[in-house]
Amino acid sequence: MFPELEEISYKVRELVLKMTTHAGSGHPGGSLSATDLLVALYFKKMNIPHLSSPERDRFILSKGHACPALYAVLALKEFFPEKELFTLRKLNSRLQGHPELITPGVEAPTGAEGHGLSIGNGIALAGKLDKLNYRVYVLLGDGELDEGQIWEAALTASHYKLDNLVAIVDRNSFQLDGATKDIKYLGDVGEKFKAFGWDVIEIDGHNFEQILDALDEAEEAKEMPTAIIAHTIKGKGVSFMENNDEFHGKVLTEEQLKKALEELEKQRRKIKEAK
Amino acid sequence: MEAATRDAYGEALVEIGEDERIVVLDADLSSSTRTKKFAGKFPERFFNIGISEADMVDIAAGLSLAGKIPFVSSFAVFLVDKGYDQLRNTIARGNMDVKVVVSHAGFSVGEDGASHQTFEDVALMRVLPNFRVIVPADYFEAKAAIKKIAFEKGPFYVRLSRPKTQTVYESEPKFEIGRADVLREGKDVAIFACGLMVGRALRAAEKLEEKGIDAEVVNVPTIKPLDEKTILKSAKKCGKVVTVEEASVIGGLGGAVSEFLSSAYPVPIKRMGINDIFGTSANWKEVLKWAGLGEENIVKIISTFVIS
Repeated sequence: MFPELEEISYKVRELVLKMTTHAGSGHPGGSLSATDLLVALYFKKMNIPHLSSPERDRFILSKGHACPALYAVLALKEFFPEKELFTLRKLNSRLQGHPELITPGVEAPTGAEGHGLSIGNGIALAGKLDKLNYRVYVLLGDGELDEGQIWEAALTASHYKLDNLVAIVDRNSFQLDGATKDIKYLGDVGEKFKAFGWDVIEIDGHNFEQILDALDEAEEAKEMPTAIIAHTIKGKGVSFMENNDEFHGKVLTEEQLKKALEELEKQRRKIKEAK
Repeated sequence: MEAATRDAYGEALVEIGEDERIVVLDADLSSSTRTKKFAGKFPERFFNIGISEADMVDIAAGLSLAGKIPFVSSFAVFLVDKGYDQLRNTIARGNMDVKVVVSHAGFSVGEDGASHQTFEDVALMRVLPNFRVIVPADYFEAKAAIKKIAFEKGPFYVRLSRPKTQTVYESEPKFEIGRADVLREGKDVAIFACGLMVGRALRAAEKLEEKGIDAEVVNVPTIKPLDEKTILKSAKKCGKVVTVEEASVIGGLGGAVSEFLSSAYPVPIKRMGINDIFGTSANWKEVLKWAGLGEENIVKIISTFVIS
């Protein structure tokens, strides 16, 4: 068990909901499904001596709309002040509606779907050229897999044997207009990556033990990239948001926020008691 | 001498390639774009991405984020039109140090026809913030431009062509970004041209002289940022302006010059280029003639415009 990571996740979820409601817009649902993956990466797995060190591990949020979760994590890592989170989506803020390079800790501008894996390919190729041992993690949405560019990038990564590259699919099974199976049936995502020459690991994306094991296991894959298919729940952590695509691009009202924070607090207390 | 701007690119890449930050990407057209020359010399720093232009442009972005200086190449139409979201949303938005160098622009791919020809790229690249847009006049200027932009931070778009044409310069000119070059002084009409149309404009000026028209010819290799000072000076001196380019009359050099002069110094302007049409199959010179960019037609249009 990883109570300290779970504790951070609850904090991130709380911040995501508070800042998006404060901003009046944003994408809370897909931020909550990605939260545990981000927390495992930034608070356990990734090595970032400082933000400009050439050997640092890189993270790219290809599903850029989940940036509230990334911003919360970066603030908790103290790359910028936590209170800045409440400038999200406001004029002159460093925290734009989708990731920009002006935010300390953001490695690539994203937001339009489908770009992140290719950018990751480029950083991974540079790592090989420079014989640096950093690893590149790219978080993809499952709706984003509709984009053809993802599959161009998937072929490139296996062709160039990018074993320093890990794609994590936040498989929450929803996209803006509804369930992924109804909008464009994806079939077996893991099998697709396998067919493109990738090592594939399927996990529960809210189980820290499984997430961290998968990230470790990915380092053992030689001469091929790894895809971690993380089965997640959209809106994870708040009962009325879970698997509810209504909250893809809609924020909580003040009243809903209050209820959600109470729920999160209850869960947090449970973890503390279990400690 | 006769030489192609794409050949200048291949040769310049080998020269600047001594710098280990330089990496080159192509999408299965390296023998045509001449990046193959770099691939032969520095194979570990050349990446053939296959026919995946969108992926290729974002890979270049990733390489630049990791400190490399990527040159990314294909035919103009494929790189710009298939990679535009990536050029816009990653390279331009991130103001990245990526050099986009395309070949076979305009009608220069000739016989392959409308699917492979390009008229829209100059306008498309010009509206992207942070991008600087360069259309060299000949082999020598192309070589100088490539060597210059390689070590100038930020994104560039350089438009090159397939055919061997008579060079305008006798050796590598001193290339300055944002600087136009008055090649021929005149007083009756200012002809602003770019790319392979510069040579045609110079020859047209000679024919116009026979008709008693004294034309000034200005090579404008940098479409963005525009050399407003030089353009204003020539426009003021001549009072009439013609633009000649192998790109759409909408949004390219003609568009840029018109936008500028309409507020700075309104004068009659005739824009010559590709008139909002797709091209057709035939050899390059024939297609140019078909589209109204034949040398005789350039002379005819300009003399009518000056006399009117």
